Order: sequence, then C-alpha cells, then structure tokens
Amino acid sequence: MDYIPNILFAAILILGIGYFTKNIKRLTRNIKLGKAVDTSNNKSERWQNMARIALGQSKMVRRPIAGILHIIVYVGFVIINIEVLEIIIDGLFGTHRIGTTVLPESVYGFLIGSFEILAVLVLITVVIFWLRRNVIKLKRFLSAEMKGWPKSDGNIILYFEVVLMCLFLVMNATDISFQNMASGNIISKFIAPWFNGFSPEALHIIERTAWWLHIIGILIFLNYLYFSKHLHILLAFPNTYLGSVEPKGKFNNLEAVTNEVKLMMDPNADPFAAPAEGTEDEVPEKFGASDVMDLDQVQLLNAYTCTECGRCTSACPANLTGKKLSPRKIMMDTRDRLEEVGKNIDANKGEFKDDGKQLLGDYITNEELWACTTCNACVEECPVSINPLSIILDMRRYLVMEQSAAPMELNTMMTNIENNGAPWPYNQMDRLNWKDD
Amino acid sequence: MSEQLKVPTMAEFMAEGKQPEILFWVGSAGSYDDRAKKITKAFVKILNKAKVDFAVLGTEESNTGDLAKRAGNEFLFQMQAMMNIEVLNAYDIKRIVTCDPHSYNCLKNEYPSLGGKYEVIHHTQYIKELFNNGRLAVTGDTYKGKRITFHDPCYLGRANSEYDAPRDVLKKTNANLVEMKRHKSTALCCGAGGAQMFKEPEKGDMDINILRTQDALETQPDIIATGCPYCNTMMSDGVKFNEKEESIKVLDIAELIANS
Repeated sequence: MDYIPNILFAAILILGIGYFTKNIKRLTRNIKLGKAVDTSNNKSERWQNMARIALGQSKMVRRPIAGILHIIVYVGFVIINIEVLEIIIDGLFGTHRIGTTVLPESVYGFLIGSFEILAVLVLITVVIFWLRRNVIKLKRFLSAEMKGWPKSDGNIILYFEVVLMCLFLVMNATDISFQNMASGNIISKFIAPWFNGFSPEALHIIERTAWWLHIIGILIFLNYLYFSKHLHILLAFPNTYLGSVEPKGKFNNLEAVTNEVKLMMDPNADPFAAPAEGTEDEVPEKFGASDVMDLDQVQLLNAYTCTECGRCTSACPANLTGKKLSPRKIMMDTRDRLEEVGKNIDANKGEFKDDGKQLLGDYITNEELWACTTCNACVEECPVSINPLSIILDMRRYLVMEQSAAPMELNTMMTNIENNGAPWPYNQMDRLNWKDD
Repeated sequence: MSEQLKVPTMAEFMAEGKQPEILFWVGSAGSYDDRAKKITKAFVKILNKAKVDFAVLGTEESNTGDLAKRAGNEFLFQMQAMMNIEVLNAYDIKRIVTCDPHSYNCLKNEYPSLGGKYEVIHHTQYIKELFNNGRLAVTGDTYKGKRITFHDPCYLGRANSEYDAPRDVLKKTNANLVEMKRHKSTALCCGAGGAQMFKEPEKGDMDINILRTQDALETQPDIIATGCPYCNTMMSDGVKFNEKEESIKVLDIAELIANS
C-alpha cells in the first residue's frame, strides 16, 4: 500500500508530460504547414542571438520598468524550477527532500533559501504586473485586440504564478523537519508561526497537500502553455535562433519572380515554348501570402512565440496615429488562423478541407496592410525577434501580384515606374535636367 | 545656384576610357522632385569642392524599384533591378553613393542576390569619409551654436544600423545637436516609407509626419536636419502645418555641409 502515492505520482507525471508532448507535436505539425526556409547560415551569430536576446533578455530592458520586472520573474521561474527536480525524485521514489541527503546542509539551505527569496520577489512583481494590466491601464494592454480571451489569458498566468509561489512557501513553512533544520527557511520561518495552533499531523497534511498541489499546478501550467500566449517561455529560444541575421531593411527577393523576370528579359527565350516535360500539371507558385500555408515556417513560429506584450504596436507609427494597423494583431491573427487550420486538419483525418476562409480578409484587412510604412519599428522593438513586417509584406505581395488590388494611387505610381523609370510621369530623358535648372 | 556644377556622366567617362572613384546614384526623387533636386545639387557642390572624381548615370539611371518592392510588386522591382544591374555591371561600377536611404538600402541589400554586387554608401557616410581623409573641411561659422535636431531615416537607421555618420558630420558644423525623445533605434518614421509617400494615409487620428514634427518641435530647434529626400518633404510639410516655416528650416545634411 505504501507504493500507492508513488504510482499515483508517476501516473500524474506521465499524463501531464504526455499531453504536453501531444500538443507540442500538434504545434510542430502546424508550423510545418508553412514553407521551409534555409536557416543553416551564420550559425555562430544565431547562437549568440539566442544567448543574448532569449537567455540574456537583452531587449527586455529597452523598457526599463517592464524589463527589470520581467527579468525577476524569468530568473525566479528558471531557478525555482530546480526545486521541481527534487519534487519529481521525491514523488517517484517516496523520499522526502532528497536534497538534504545528497547535498551538504549548507548548500541545500542556500539553494532553498534563494528559491524562497525569489518566490517573494516573483510574488511582488506579479502583483505589479497585475496592477499594470488592470488598474494603471497602460495603453498597450487596452488595444482592440486585447479584449476577451487575450486579457483573461494575461491575468490567468499571473494568478497561476501567485498560487504556485504561495504553495511553495506554505509547503516549506509546514514542513516540521525542514523548519527544525533551520537552514534555508529564510522566508518560510516567518510564515511557520501562522500554523502554530496546528497539530503535527495536521501540519503534515497541509504540507503534503501543498506539495501535491504544487507539482500538479506546475503540470497544469505546462499544459496551459499551448493554449496561451505564454508559449514564449519555450519558443523564445528557437525563435531568436531562427530570427533574421540580415540588416532589417533587407527584404527577401522572391525566387519564383526572379525566374520569370529572367525568362522575360532573355532575348533568346521562346515566349510560346511548351512547359518542360512533366511540369504541365504543376500549379504555379502563388505570389505572396493570402493564408497561413503561404507563409514560411519562421513566420508561423513567430506567431506561436508572440506573448502579446504590444511593444511593437506601441512603437508603430500607423498605430500611434490612430490607424487600424497593429503589428501585434497581425501576429495574433496569424496564430488564430493557424490554430483554426490545425483543428480543421485534426477533424478531417489529417487533411485540410477548404473552409472558405483565409488569413487575408477574414482576419487581416487590406486597410491594415496598406497602413504600414515598413519602418521596422515593430521588428526593432520585439524582445524575441518576431518580424510582423515580413507577414505584412507577403500579404501586400499577394494583393498586388495576384489580385491587382493596390490602392489606385500606388497603381499610378507603379505604372509610371514601368513606363518611364520614375514614380512620377516625367520623361526618362529628362533625368539629368536638374543639373541645369 | 550661381556657380557652375560639374556633373560628368558615366558615358563621358567611358568615352575617355576612364573610371570615376565613385558613382553618384541620384535616385528618382533627387532627379525630379524640386525640393530633392536642391539636395542633389548641394551634394554635387560638396563633391566638386572635395575634388571627387565622380560620375552619374544620367538618363541611363532608372528607378531602383524599391518603391514597387515595398508596395508588394516584386515583379516590377526585379525588372527595374535587373535593368539597372545590366547598366551598372556594363560600366564595371564598384562603389556607389546616394542621398536616398531607400536607394541605399535597396542597392546594398537587395541587388546582390540578383547579380548586382557593389559597395554602397549613404551620402552622410561619404561626407564623413571626406572629412576623415582631409579632403573636406568646414571653414565657416554658418551653423555655430544653432540648435539642430536630426531625424533618423528608417532605412539608414533601423534598417541598416547607421546612426553615427549623420551625427558625426553634423558635429563638424559646431552646431548644438539636440536629440528628440525618440531617436536612433526608437526614432519615429516620418510617414513616407513603404510607398506611403504616393498614397493618401489610411483613416486615423492624425498624419504621421505631424506627430513626428511634434517630436522635433519639442527640442525647440533652429534647424531640423534630414538625410532622406522623402523625410525632408514630410518634415517640411509638418513644419508648415505648424506655421513655423519662418523660424525653423528643414535641411538635408548635404545642404548644411555645402553651406558651411
């Protein structure tokens, strides 16, 4: 009978990790709906970016208040999770605080003491975060796209953190042997007196309950990630690795277009030539993007990585002057549509069935796309190397090259370039007239 | 301009069997837009003064295609690019300077994979180089002590991480450089980028150039310095909107240096 808790623990652990793995597989499958991109270049620069931007949080401090608070929660999260290792070993093997037997008391005390201090810091920070979202009403948390689920999602994560930190401290405070050890209980020794009236048996029950709820809470949190903006805690790492290593102003040249333009400009090309053998049935590649499958895998990973902080939107010149465009919404729409496509595939035995919808029009409007100045402020601001601009550009490409749906003035401008090599209707032969004006 | 500008073309160089030190890419705005033409001439004045052996393509230059690319017309961009590359490669061009950050970005970053590989620099970088080589020096006191605020062009700053060259050049005038609250990597766009220059803005509360001009006016400048013909137009319009055109000048760095 003694083994029941261990078996129960193992079962919960397998269930928690199993369900998480299942969702990660779904996420990977969805991302692979996008086009493959070659990211094999500049390996060392990519690792450096990951170390600096994701691990080192270098871009977070562009906004010092939010940045420093975030670093506290981040460091707390990473370090306190070392404790989870002990919990898992204890749970599986029926030990109690295995760390006390394998580590010198002073080391163990130092570790748990640090966790306790961090837990308090995280609690304080989380309260400030909650106030920023709900009381201080920062503009970037009030945008149209932040109504409903995105707003609740942000708060739920904060409540999770509060509950987990409190359970951790209560677990330590009601652990009689740990309190008697008097090393590492730097915070919990002040909480322990609150439980003075309880019998040792009652204390034990509270300690066990807190312990179980703590690990179950962590597993629930882990599984909540996939349904939340909070995926960034994992995806920030691959995303910063795969992010662009080129100057921000460099937009990709579409290869399919290059091939056609070369053919067009080749004086020896036969315009009436039949397509090469075997290529008759090939659907010519769509220019630009109207749905998530037309985007590339990095763009789709970007969408899952976005934590909806809104730094991009708060720096966007179009958004700042009241236009509909919000780079954050571009990312949120892309993820929502990708999830919709993923569910469609799940419901139709692994095959996508046309649902009469697409990213363009049903999620992102032309008005949003045409408001972009391509200024790269959103790309510069993103703390995890997301590029909303590349999605905007790909969708503009679809509008212009597949639908000829550019605003009229832009069509005029482009016709001028085509006819006389300048955006205005001036004669090419007058191009040097300025010198004699 | 009173003095005669020397503007040799590549065709003339070719006829004499010579190569210039550098090709000056004038760009569409610099060739046709009345305000931008003044910037072009100011830069030529600097080149003449520093005795730079430069050339322009003249009527053989065509739009880079940058505008079309940003508007989503990749076809038109690549056609323009390939035509220009044919001309540039035929003249065996190695080094290009331009006053337009959009041309700069496009030639530098987007032409190479289509076969056009050149060293491309922005005119503020070239002026800095001329100062450093001792080929150019500020002789007068025209701007000494004047409050100048520099508006970073998106395609020089964020797009290509060049924030120092324009500021280093401005310092040579002994002006009092003041920064806007949003500057360098946090600079606000003037509102012209991404082909916005050629269309009406979408519905909103205000125009972007008005907001950016507010940033500039907060520094109480005598001069707003720009490094892009489109930014210059947008900021000039913003200053006019605020009825400040009498007291605040909007000048390109080339104009500031040519006059000092």
